[in-house]
Amino acid sequence: MIKTPSITKERIQEYLEQGKRFDGRKLDEFRDLSIETGVSKNAEGSARVKIGKTEVLVGVKMNIGTPYNDSPNKGNLMVTAELLPLSSPRFEYGPPKFPAIELARVIDRGIRECKFIDFDKLCIKEGEKVWTVFVDIYSINDDGNLLDAAGIGAIAALKDAKIPKYDEKEGGVLFGELTDESLAVKKDFPISITFHKIGKNIIIDPTREEEDVSETRVTIGSSKGIISSMQKGNSEALDIEEFNKILDMLEKTWNNIFKKIEEGYKIKQQEKNN
Amino acid sequence: MVRKMKKMKKINMKQTKHNIKMAETKRKSGRKADEMRPISAKVGIIPNANGSAMFQSGKTIAIAAVYGPKEHHPRSQRNPSRGTLRCTYNMLSFSVTDRIRPGSNRRSTEISKIIGWALEPVLMLDKYPGKVIDVCINMIQADAGTRCAGINAAAMALAHAGIPMKNMVSSIAAGKLDKTIVLDLDKYEDSEFEGGEGSTDIPITFTNDGKLTHIQVDGHITVEQLKEAMKMTREASKKIYEVQKQALKDSVGGGEK
Repeated sequence: MIKTPSITKERIQEYLEQGKRFDGRKLDEFRDLSIETGVSKNAEGSARVKIGKTEVLVGVKMNIGTPYNDSPNKGNLMVTAELLPLSSPRFEYGPPKFPAIELARVIDRGIRECKFIDFDKLCIKEGEKVWTVFVDIYSINDDGNLLDAAGIGAIAALKDAKIPKYDEKEGGVLFGELTDESLAVKKDFPISITFHKIGKNIIIDPTREEEDVSETRVTIGSSKGIISSMQKGNSEALDIEEFNKILDMLEKTWNNIFKKIEEGYKIKQQEKNN
Repeated sequence: MVRKMKKMKKINMKQTKHNIKMAETKRKSGRKADEMRPISAKVGIIPNANGSAMFQSGKTIAIAAVYGPKEHHPRSQRNPSRGTLRCTYNMLSFSVTDRIRPGSNRRSTEISKIIGWALEPVLMLDKYPGKVIDVCINMIQADAGTRCAGINAAAMALAHAGIPMKNMVSSIAAGKLDKTIVLDLDKYEDSEFEGGEGSTDIPITFTNDGKLTHIQVDGHITVEQLKEAMKMTREASKKIYEVQKQALKDSVGGGEK
């Protein structure tokens, strides 16, 4: 396994002390972002998100399922993630390992807890038939921060999704045929942002090297100042002051990323028009 | 006399036109019998990989990445006399209309091996004893012909990775709809076409000097018809080769690796 060597770690820390990063970004600066939707025509909704050299593909598929006993009139959500060996020399084929499982679960909660999808509208027959929404995340190139890229991709793909045609007589889905009806989702754009602690500094959107030397991380899913999900990762403690610093950074960072997302859509749109 | 000749010519013209029209209407997509879907290719799409490429044929999109040659782990699988080519074919869950479970299955395991066989003859694996070359192929969007698109993408990715190759390989499927030999079956023709003798799928891979590295047949076909299908795919493989070559050239001129 190729890991970032400790000498690089020292240099990254030295740079951060001076407020600098290898690629010339500020500590709270996101890389260039682009979003393209409708990238896989057989999916109900799909999105390709690029953050710098990091790239993820997210697709939404829907099928009829049975509701859970505790929510007979609500649809289901299932998020899976695969870290494709195609995307990095570090990933191998086989059953999903911890990073892929954590990624999927963090994104799952990010979507679920902010009530982004209106699950009541996904009920076909109470207690018997509901829509199950599958959100499948694939890494295409891993240069750090797959977590945030996947979060943005999942929201973009869900916003892009159209509900498939449903055959009432047979009670089955007509695969490959979509209605014009969009999936019932909120208008705003919940973003999950991951803050990394390296030395005494807090950074966002780490590259692969920076993510390797990160001591601990906190992922916060929020929209317009309301936090709906949070997860701390890695076994390193965080001071209360440091944590407060992260919370103070949240609003400004969210606004910056939201602007980047809006621009990210436009960049792809312009490329298409040209 | 002359007038009669002209008249006959006219009738002939009409007939041939009519015949062409018949052949055209047989394909739902409106393609001619020997017309393949529009193809495009791009090299250098995954910065992390040693080599990478995308190949699109109609609605089918394949991407491939090459990692290696690198140390072969686990050691027990290492071949001390020559290198190993390890291909993996994988469909993204949302690449088809009916979602497939992520991960490998019996179909993808077989296709992975077949793609390896299609590529290996042009590689000089004896130059890399004890090493492994990983070829990862993923289907982003599937509309039949995925193994062919996968082979085309993988061949470009190998070249992009700078792995010595004796030749390029180009892959395309021929098919038979009822009694007509056609080129490059799409999803409808492959799985939904019914009538007469039904549909036959014949994916074939050629090196650019015309050697065969891979062929499969699913359906039923006579020897004569198969020979005709081979001729048709050989011509098409030359066109694919040109697209692959151009994409590789484009990746050198200032493009990022």
